[in-house]
Amino acid sequence: MNYLAIDASTEACSVALNFNDKIYHQFELCPQSHSTVLLPMIDSILTQAGCQLSELNGLIFGRGPGSFTGVRIGIGVVQGLAFSAELEVVGVSTLRTMAQQAYELYQRKRVVAAIDARMSEVYTGYFSVNAQGIMEQHLPEAVMPPSELVNYLKGLEIPVYGVGTGWDAYPADLSSLKINEDSPEILYPDARFMLKIGIEDFKKGLAVSAELAQPVYVRDTVSWKKLPGR
Amino acid sequence: MRILGIETSCDETGIAIYDEKEGILAHRLYSQIAVHADYGGVVPELASRDHVRKTIPLIKEVLADAKLTAKDLDGVAYTAGPGLVGALLVGCSIGRSLAYGWNLPAVPVHHMEGHLLAPMLEDDVPDFPFVALLVSGGHTMLVRVDGIGQYELLGESVDDAAGEAFDKTAKLLGLDYPGGPALAKMAETGKKGRFKFPRPMTDRPGLDFSFSGLKTFAANTIHKEEMDKQTHADVAYAFQEAVVDTLAIKCKRALLQCELKRLVIAGGVSANTELRAKLEQITAKLGGKVYYPRPEFCTDNGAMIAYAGMQRLKAGVFADLSFKATPRWPLDTLAAI
Repeated sequence: MNYLAIDASTEACSVALNFNDKIYHQFELCPQSHSTVLLPMIDSILTQAGCQLSELNGLIFGRGPGSFTGVRIGIGVVQGLAFSAELEVVGVSTLRTMAQQAYELYQRKRVVAAIDARMSEVYTGYFSVNAQGIMEQHLPEAVMPPSELVNYLKGLEIPVYGVGTGWDAYPADLSSLKINEDSPEILYPDARFMLKIGIEDFKKGLAVSAELAQPVYVRDTVSWKKLPGR
Repeated sequence: MRILGIETSCDETGIAIYDEKEGILAHRLYSQIAVHADYGGVVPELASRDHVRKTIPLIKEVLADAKLTAKDLDGVAYTAGPGLVGALLVGCSIGRSLAYGWNLPAVPVHHMEGHLLAPMLEDDVPDFPFVALLVSGGHTMLVRVDGIGQYELLGESVDDAAGEAFDKTAKLLGLDYPGGPALAKMAETGKKGRFKFPRPMTDRPGLDFSFSGLKTFAANTIHKEEMDKQTHADVAYAFQEAVVDTLAIKCKRALLQCELKRLVIAGGVSANTELRAKLEQITAKLGGKVYYPRPEFCTDNGAMIAYAGMQRLKAGVFADLSFKATPRWPLDTLAAI
C-alpha cells in the first residue's frame, strides 16, 4: 500500500512516502517559506521513488494544531493533489505525530506534547502507546496558558517525556512536567511519523474526500472584536 | 484553450472556467459577507478559514456546470496578489498543486490586472490604449493601459479606497457591513443640495485621490444634525455625490492628460449606477466612451482571473513549483506580454 504524508504546520516542512514497502522522507526547517519549499520537496520525493500520484492509495496530512497559515498551506496542497489524482485523505494531529516519533525513535511510551502557540499559550496533548505501537490521545487537544497545564494533566502519570517547542518557550511553568533534563529532542512534527498513524486510519475506513481535508486549529477564537450587540 | 481561474484574495471565493473562443463557460462565487458582518469588516483569519472550506467544492461545481473534466483544461490560474496574504495562500496552494497533479501549467495572476481586463469578457470590448479607473473597497487608482502588462499608474488614493469610504460612511449611517450598496440605495430618496460635501484634492493638479476626509465630514454632519430618516438619506446623497463627482473630475483629467477617449471602469464600486451615469456623461462630452463589466464581474470573481490567466498562459508565463503570495504588488511592475 502506497501513501504520501505531508506536513507544513510548524516552522518545519516535511514529506514522507511509503512506496512499495520502502520509506522515503525529507524534513527541513524553513520558517515563512513553506510556499516555496513544499511542492518541490513532494516532487523530489516522488521522482526519487519513481512514483506517480496515481499509484498512491491515499494522502496523509498534518491537520494542526500549529501556525494557522502553515497548516493551511499544507492542506491547500493536499486538497489540490488529492482532488487532481482522485485520492482520499486522512488528517493526523501534529502533537500526536511528535509523540509517535518519541516512541519510534526513543521507545517512549508516555508523552506530553507542548507547542508554543504564541499569545502566552501552548497547544498541548497527552499520549500513550497502544498494543499496535501507535500513540493514542488521552485528553482532548487544547490551548491554554502554560501555568494551567499542571491542572489539565491531573490524574495522569506526570512527569513524562516532553516533545515540542513549548517547553523552551515557558520553562518556568512547564519544566517540572517533563523528564527530559534539557530541551526536548523532538521539537517539530515530521511527516515520516504520520505514516503509521495515517495508514491505520485508512484501514479503519476513516478516509475522506479532498475538500474534507480541513485544519484542526484548536484555537478557535480570533482576537477581533464583534460590533456591539452581536 | 481552456483555463480554470481561482480567486481568494479577500472575502470572496470565485471560481470560473474560461474558453479562449467561447468565453466564460461556468463561474461560481461564494461571498463571505455573513461571516464578517458581525465584525463590521473583513477579519483576515476568518476569511482564510472560509476559503479553505469553499474552494474545492466550488471547483467541483464549476467543472460540473461546464460538463468538463481536468482533461479538457490547459492551465490553472490563481490570484497571487495583492490581497490578504493568508487568504491568497489558500488559492495559491490549491491552484498550484492542482496544476501539478493535472500536469498543467500554473499561472499566477495579479488581482488588479484581473479587474482591469474584466471588461474584455463583454461583447463590446475596448481597444488599447485606454484609461482605467479601478475602484473597489481595497483600491482606487487610475491607470493608463497600452496593452496587456503595459500599465502606467496615473494616480491612486493616498488614504482610504473609495469603496472603503462608502462602507465606513454607511456604518456611520447605521447600515450593516458592507454598507456601500445600501448607502447608494438610501441616497435614492435623498434631497440634492441640502448638504454640500467637499471634492477632495480636485482644487490642485494631479490624479491622486483622498477619501478619508469625506468620511470625517459625514461623521461631523451626522453629529451636528437631528438624524431623522430623511436626514440619513440626505447625508447619503451628498456623500455619494461627492465621491462620484471627485472620481469623475479625475477621470476626465486623466483622459485629457493621456489624450485618450476610452475609459474602462472596474472593481466593486464600478457597479454604482450614479458613478456609471456620471462617467457616461463626461466621456460623451469628450466624444469618447466608457466600458465596464457586467455587475457580477465588477466585484471580485474567478472569471477575471481565468481571463487574465489565459493571456499569460498564451504568452508562456508559468510558475515554477513554488506558489508565492504577494500581498503588496504594484501593478506597474508586471511584465508586458
